[in-house]
Amino acid sequence: MDKTLGDKIPEFNKKTGANGNVGLSGASFSLGDHRTKFETFIIILVAVIIIGGSELLIYAFNVPQYVLPRPSQIATALVTEFPNLWPHLLITLKELFIGFAIGASIGFLLAAVITQFPFVEKVVTPYILLLVTTPMLALVPLLILRFGFGSEPRIIAVALASGPMVMINSATGFRRVDLAKIALARSFGASTFQIFTKIRIPMAMPMIIVGLMVGSIFGLLTTIGAEMVGGAEGLGNRLTYYSALIRMPQFFAIILILAILGISIYVFFFWLGKKWASWEA
Amino acid sequence: MRSRFTRQCRVFPTDRIAQEIEGWIGVSMTENTMVDGVSGKTLKTKMAITKATKVYQTRSGGVHALDNVSLDVREGEFLCILGPSGCGKTTLLWSMAGLHSLTSGDIRLGNEPIMKPHPEIAMIFQDANLLPWRNLIKNIELPFELKRKPPDRALISRLLDRVGLTGFENKMPRELSGGMQQRASIVRSLSVNPSVLLMDEPFGALDAFTRDEMNLLIQEIWMETRKTIAFVTHSIAEAIFLADRVAVMSARPGRIAEIYDIDIPRPRSIEIQTEPDFIKRVLEIKSRIEHGRGGSGPRVAIT
Repeated sequence: MDKTLGDKIPEFNKKTGANGNVGLSGASFSLGDHRTKFETFIIILVAVIIIGGSELLIYAFNVPQYVLPRPSQIATALVTEFPNLWPHLLITLKELFIGFAIGASIGFLLAAVITQFPFVEKVVTPYILLLVTTPMLALVPLLILRFGFGSEPRIIAVALASGPMVMINSATGFRRVDLAKIALARSFGASTFQIFTKIRIPMAMPMIIVGLMVGSIFGLLTTIGAEMVGGAEGLGNRLTYYSALIRMPQFFAIILILAILGISIYVFFFWLGKKWASWEA
Repeated sequence: MRSRFTRQCRVFPTDRIAQEIEGWIGVSMTENTMVDGVSGKTLKTKMAITKATKVYQTRSGGVHALDNVSLDVREGEFLCILGPSGCGKTTLLWSMAGLHSLTSGDIRLGNEPIMKPHPEIAMIFQDANLLPWRNLIKNIELPFELKRKPPDRALISRLLDRVGLTGFENKMPRELSGGMQQRASIVRSLSVNPSVLLMDEPFGALDAFTRDEMNLLIQEIWMETRKTIAFVTHSIAEAIFLADRVAVMSARPGRIAEIYDIDIPRPRSIEIQTEPDFIKRVLEIKSRIEHGRGGSGPRVAIT
């Protein structure tokens, strides 16, 4: 049976897992959980064709290594350079993690509070939009002047880039008030705090997770960009370093690491979404 | 504390202590006890609505959702509040649940004014109103969770069995049909053992067959538990089928237009809806509602 239709038909006697595993299969999460073996095979086949094909083409047309390295050269560089890249990866992760944690918690709390006060929300929202739309990378040179070449300016930039993203999405979630559900909780004597924890947060959860996902990807972009702007550490810094030396296999090896990092973040939040927000299929 | 005491005393109105308290709080506890002239049953008032008025402020001025509504809900009766959409019947019910505050007038449960939700009163909402992120049993245990009490598992499983939901405890609401969802919400409300059930067009979104099924179920539950039920609906047939009394409301301003006693013996079967007597009652109420609206519709002759 067609999968998308399968989600919409209530199947009363269908044997599902303990939680009824109908995944987040909406537009925001396209990493489907029910992939047939055939589809998996095709995806792998495409990857093999792209990697193998580029290897052959680059070899056949004799493209110099400094223009485009062959996949095999990138793989070799990844293995041989990894011990040198490892400390930089850790620094990048640290900056991303701390910056995102600060930004996301402030963004979440701000969203939770201001959506309770329509007037405050109206006043604050334009400024948050300003923060969302302005590339926070532009502030990095300024932050470096103030905080030096260490991790601090980058952490601040990451927090500034991810926080508003989390905030704006969470606020959208918190604004989706279902008065009937709040009335239901109140009719059973719920306190304002209980309504917040038992009704408002679960209800906003799908949007909060989308916010966390987008925010963390924005954070990753900003971390790498900020490292490219100044300082002497982090994967972003290594990118500028290797490109200056025209060591393209190493350069592409870092890009590969960053791609894996980005995908891991996505998969993590996808998993979180399935765990906490799968009710909104 | 005081109110709980008086409520207990009302069971024995001749009790000396009750009389003492009557004098003490200045309210007669025997006053709102009436005797039905026909059946000789004692009809005690469970909830008293006195001159309830609710005005919603909008930009174009105030809207009188309720205008001096006075209505007694008797202990153990099945009262249907019937009216066209926008007549304020939902406002009235939500006020009885303590979810809306009145502009003036008051609503009492026994002698206690209802200003906020009361543990003795449970509400059943339109469209079941289950939380979609909780499975069925977690939904049913929500009231206990909110009151930080251990759920009454024995009562819950008995109720689940009664409405035919045993085995569906771990299903998510979206995996259940509309009727099953509404049955779950009935269990949720009954599990806290309220003495008053307020139902706000609970079966309005269901198809006709499921609706009949739910009406029979709610009749059975009422006959078994004898809880006081106030049931809001806009279906005349549903109101007559279920109710001991039907309170017909008129719109703008919301008022009680008429109260009809429905003395059809119980248990009532779905088939009685096709009997001439039943249809006569439907037409009578229908013409009353249309007349109340200005009488533009066809008048129905009643013989």
